[in-house]
Amino acid sequence: MQRRLTGSANDPRIKARYRREARFKAYSITALLVAFGIIIGFFADIIGQGYTAFWQHEIRVTLDYNERAERIGRFAIDEDLRDVVSRGAVRGIPLEMRNNPELAGTTREAWVPVYSRIDQYFKGNETLADDLAARVESLRDEGVIRSSFNWIFFTSGDSKLPEMAGIFSAVVGSLLVLMVTLAIAFPIGVMSAIYLEEFAPDNRLTQAIEVNINNLAAVPSIIFGLLGLAVFINTFGVPRSSALVGGLTLALMTLPIIIISTRAALRAVPDPIRLGAFAMGCSRWQVVRDHVLPLSLPGILTGTIIGLAQAMGETAPLIIVGMIAYIPDAPGGIFDAATVLPAQIFTWASEPRQAFQERTGAGIMVLLAVLLTLNATAVLLRRRFERRW
Amino acid sequence: MPQVKMQAEDLNLWYGQTQALHDVNLSMYDREVTALIGPSGCGKSTFLRCLNRMNDLIPQVRLQGRVSLDEEDIYDSSVDVVQLRTFVGMVFQKPNPFPKSIYENIAYAPRLHGTARSRSELDDLVESSLKRAGLWKEVADRLDTPGTELSGGQQQRLCIARAIAVNPEVILMDEPASALDPLATATVEELIHELKDNYTIVIVTHNLQQAARVAGYTAFFHMGQVVEFNDTDTLFTNPRVQRTEDYITGRFG
Repeated sequence: MQRRLTGSANDPRIKARYRREARFKAYSITALLVAFGIIIGFFADIIGQGYTAFWQHEIRVTLDYNERAERIGRFAIDEDLRDVVSRGAVRGIPLEMRNNPELAGTTREAWVPVYSRIDQYFKGNETLADDLAARVESLRDEGVIRSSFNWIFFTSGDSKLPEMAGIFSAVVGSLLVLMVTLAIAFPIGVMSAIYLEEFAPDNRLTQAIEVNINNLAAVPSIIFGLLGLAVFINTFGVPRSSALVGGLTLALMTLPIIIISTRAALRAVPDPIRLGAFAMGCSRWQVVRDHVLPLSLPGILTGTIIGLAQAMGETAPLIIVGMIAYIPDAPGGIFDAATVLPAQIFTWASEPRQAFQERTGAGIMVLLAVLLTLNATAVLLRRRFERRW
Repeated sequence: MPQVKMQAEDLNLWYGQTQALHDVNLSMYDREVTALIGPSGCGKSTFLRCLNRMNDLIPQVRLQGRVSLDEEDIYDSSVDVVQLRTFVGMVFQKPNPFPKSIYENIAYAPRLHGTARSRSELDDLVESSLKRAGLWKEVADRLDTPGTELSGGQQQRLCIARAIAVNPEVILMDEPASALDPLATATVEELIHELKDNYTIVIVTHNLQQAARVAGYTAFFHMGQVVEFNDTDTLFTNPRVQRTEDYITGRFG
């Protein structure tokens, strides 16, 4: 038998072709590995810096509601421990005593956070004077100081004392801002897209509008911040730093994203469905309401979630409208001064104290977790409702 | 001669600058099947879409002449297109059931137009429409399954049932069997034959045998003109125009 299929293996041209292919493949794999390496390095750095913030050291003290403590909270604590306990843990005592007069003269045991530098000492991030270090070491060995889950980080707002600082008010602020953004951008964006895709004639005007919407999606976000400042705050007098002005500004930024993704979702509905409905005597609006919208809704929601996720991670335009603010208490409504998660992270990142650096990392982890959840929801939604015609 | 149901008089149509129909004069008789045949791009589908004004949906279409349904000009400015389409139904080349249940596919339009309101009225209508389309026996026990899960031939009969449910007087069919296998095609052809007793049917087809089998009358379109119109037997056996003969004997097209 004459073998015709294997003979060319020694042909130098074919060999060179295989080599080129192998080389190209190697380049691609290298690029992929570099990308993954960067991502893993980034995550490792953030997690390595931030995970310790989820635990915090606290100390068991006897709170003595005596007369002096009614004026200065620190006096409620045994003199030897006053430099170990967080100032934030005892500063509320005078108020507590005024509101509950029956406390006077009583004592009670409580676990309160330690001073942040001591917490950092235990975590290996900072050093202490030798005598203080020796004292806290022995307190820990006695079981008076322990490490426990840092609830304060999730239930408190910002504080100048890192051991009392948390993300709660920023989370509430982010939620309020996103609610405003969604309430404004979703209906306007979807209706605009429906008009442009299903009703508008194809003429120069609509083409110009389309080009401009696509351009808007590429405008740097800080420009939207300036627009928000000029229009909402200066012209309409919306309260500065409020969730309302932040939400309105981010709605401007999210609108083009929602319009573009909604139009894509509408366009994905095959024309025969529309024609079939028209041939049944449907009006244009009935075609859209009963046939096109139900089919494109998953796509619209996916686009909206991705737009919101982007809005949630946005910081620059919010700096301009004053949402980088020190907000210790969660805002009660959309008119109150508020801050958002990324802005809170930004604020902490500029703090030199190690305890704030740790909280920066933890804040980023929380933000990333929320964003990944949002994006995963979008992907699931798309998978779940994906249709083929 | 039977009564004329729809009529086109001196119909001219342009897509932008291109003229697609030239002075078309054609009568479609009541409760008869009229087949439109001709090579691709000859204007037969365009003409069909003039009959229920589906061309309105295409921008830049310009139309001149008159199309009437029972003497009433359907392009008159006072005509409601939505109303017109309940009188003139349409079935498309590719089956396009709505991605809803079989039941919903049929009940949708009657509910929308208010011709059937109560659940029992709708149930009856769904059943009778499916029976008329010869689909009832196959789907009676699974009306809740999506219409898109049926086979191609069943989907097309569902689309016919959907069109019937609105109780139209005319049904337009744009190559209704060209996407179906031979067996499903035969079923659809039988169905057309039965529907003829109650509806005026206009069917566009590429399949000359099909035209010969189902249609009482046939119009041969070429280059946007009606070359010849006659009862099907005469047109196929004894065409008057040379071009018609060339086409049906397969010399071009």
